[in-house]
Amino acid sequence: MFSFIVRRLVSGVVVLGIVSAIVFGIFFILPADPARLSCGKTCTEELAQKIRHTMELDIPLTSQYGRFIKGIFVGRTYLPGSEAELQCAAPCLGYSYQTDQPVTALLKDRLPATASIAFGASILWLLIGLSSGVVSALRRGTWIDKFSQGAALGAASLQIYFVGLILQFIFVNKLNWLPTPGYSSPWHYPLDWAKQMALPWITLAFLLSAIYSRLTRAGMIEVMSEDYVRTARAKGLDSRTINLKHVLRGAITPIVTVFGLDLGGLLGGAVITEYVFNVPGLGKLSTDAVANLDLPVITGTVIFSAFFIITANIIVDLLYATLDPKVRLK
Amino acid sequence: MSNFLEVKDLSVRFNTEDGVVQAVDKLSFSLEKGKTLGIVGESGSGKSVTSLAIMGLHKGSRAEVTGQILVEGQDVNAMSEAQVRKLRGKSMAMIFQDALAALHPYYTVGNQIAEAYQVHNKVSKNEAKKRAIEMLDRVGIPEPQKRVNDYPHQFSGGMRQRAMIAMALSCNPSLLIADEPTTALDVTVQAQILELLRDLQKEFGTAIILITHDLGVVAETADDILLMYAGKAIEYGTVRDVLQKPQHPYGWGLLTSIPRLTGDPDKKLLAIPGAPPSLISVPSGCAFNPRCTYVSQVGAACSSSIPDLLPVSAGAHHLVRCHLDVKTREDIFKNQVAPNL
Repeated sequence: MFSFIVRRLVSGVVVLGIVSAIVFGIFFILPADPARLSCGKTCTEELAQKIRHTMELDIPLTSQYGRFIKGIFVGRTYLPGSEAELQCAAPCLGYSYQTDQPVTALLKDRLPATASIAFGASILWLLIGLSSGVVSALRRGTWIDKFSQGAALGAASLQIYFVGLILQFIFVNKLNWLPTPGYSSPWHYPLDWAKQMALPWITLAFLLSAIYSRLTRAGMIEVMSEDYVRTARAKGLDSRTINLKHVLRGAITPIVTVFGLDLGGLLGGAVITEYVFNVPGLGKLSTDAVANLDLPVITGTVIFSAFFIITANIIVDLLYATLDPKVRLK
Repeated sequence: MSNFLEVKDLSVRFNTEDGVVQAVDKLSFSLEKGKTLGIVGESGSGKSVTSLAIMGLHKGSRAEVTGQILVEGQDVNAMSEAQVRKLRGKSMAMIFQDALAALHPYYTVGNQIAEAYQVHNKVSKNEAKKRAIEMLDRVGIPEPQKRVNDYPHQFSGGMRQRAMIAMALSCNPSLLIADEPTTALDVTVQAQILELLRDLQKEFGTAIILITHDLGVVAETADDILLMYAGKAIEYGTVRDVLQKPQHPYGWGLLTSIPRLTGDPDKKLLAIPGAPPSLISVPSGCAFNPRCTYVSQVGAACSSSIPDLLPVSAGAHHLVRCHLDVKTREDIFKNQVAPNL
């Protein structure tokens, strides 16, 4: 178990290294010159060269990458010895071309909003998805099943930017029940936080609970025909115990797996949701960075998302081994 | 002596998209406490459907169950699901063919036995676990206090079946239905399991219904045999009668198809021609007639009318469903079947 975790962590770091190298490489191939972009309309080649030097873009790509990686672990000093010397403490991911802020600070700043969306929505979609899936499976073929699965199909086909805007139009603009979505600190203004997050949560949960509902229903129905469920009935157990202890337990493993990966993916940035509701999270940060060709921020957000996905994968594997005694961690 | 179990005119039908499947057709039999009834037949003859009907496990499914299933005088078929539930596990229990599939993969063996015990006994978790260890010990699992925490996949095939038996017997049921309990096991383990069942039967006085397609297993364990074909009983009697003086051509076929240790190794075994009929389109008349070698001795009746299940001789407990008359059957058995046994 312990050696499994260590090995997964090491391989996770390797994957992060590969991801960062690829992102770095892509930007080198891009026909864009950040120095030119940041030196304005009246740019001369001399000025551009100077900026290139300040940005440390005038050294070979491998050295740039080396300094970047070193910066993550031990911090980095820009233009050492000169007047413009700049200390960037570890973990240093560079400075935004756009705002000149350290990327690490930007990520730290934006993470709470994204985490709020991800955790809040995930609780909601798990509750709705699991319960409607269980009810559908138990009442298979009845109108409840048809209705909830029809709704799930509809919800899964609708896009966040469609549902999100409609909901916003109804609840914010017309009914005035909710404030414009955004982000306030849950520690200082919990009520505002919840009200502002309500629409992003509902919109995201609307889409994802549909998927979880169908997943739960299919899993339950499959397990219901298992021999061990017949054994449970033959023991004289009541249907509640059979359905929740035996059937749902048998069907939960793939749901947990998908859930871990979904949550991990979302923590890296609920891109569309944040964009639609203008929530200052990681997804918004990365889309803005892409639009402005803010390379350090793009690199930072990509590595950060990759970090969450890799972590989620490790956690899912550990959970899998606890959920399914047949799985041995090797 | 009163019968613990009395099944009268039990029929089970399934309405499927392809048509009505008459899985069990007017089946009647009875069983005393401490006795074993072997129900024998090919796949699809209605054996398992019968056992599920006795447990009331068709309730809530598409199956249409008619007739009476009297367990200690109470009709299971007339009961609600909640009422039958009180009998399941306590008065009647069941063990299944594939113990690996029949045990929940995510709960320990001990947990599953304890759960079965707790359904009908108000005891603490600890006491239930003690009971599980006791039962595992009773069915011959070594180091039960350690193995009780194992998951089913950590048990061998034979041990899993023992664990199933331990679970089924945890509440001392009066009736145990064993649905092909040894089919998935190798022969030595098979013998151990059958011996275990016999021992437990002696100890607890359990009535056992043993469902199998293996005549050897029945010969060793059962008191009575019910031979089924296409959902109907075709021969019913004591093991001695049915195996030594079989009356139905199907039974003859089954017996002559078994290799014998004392037989001539060069002699060919006689197979029953054809395959069991589909239950959606059962042949008219006697369902066995398309495969029967002796149709010519009866004539048109075989394919036009269903023979009744009648005593071989007046008042005999040995019943058979065949158009051949008693005299002809005796001749055929003496001259054509017995020499091949």
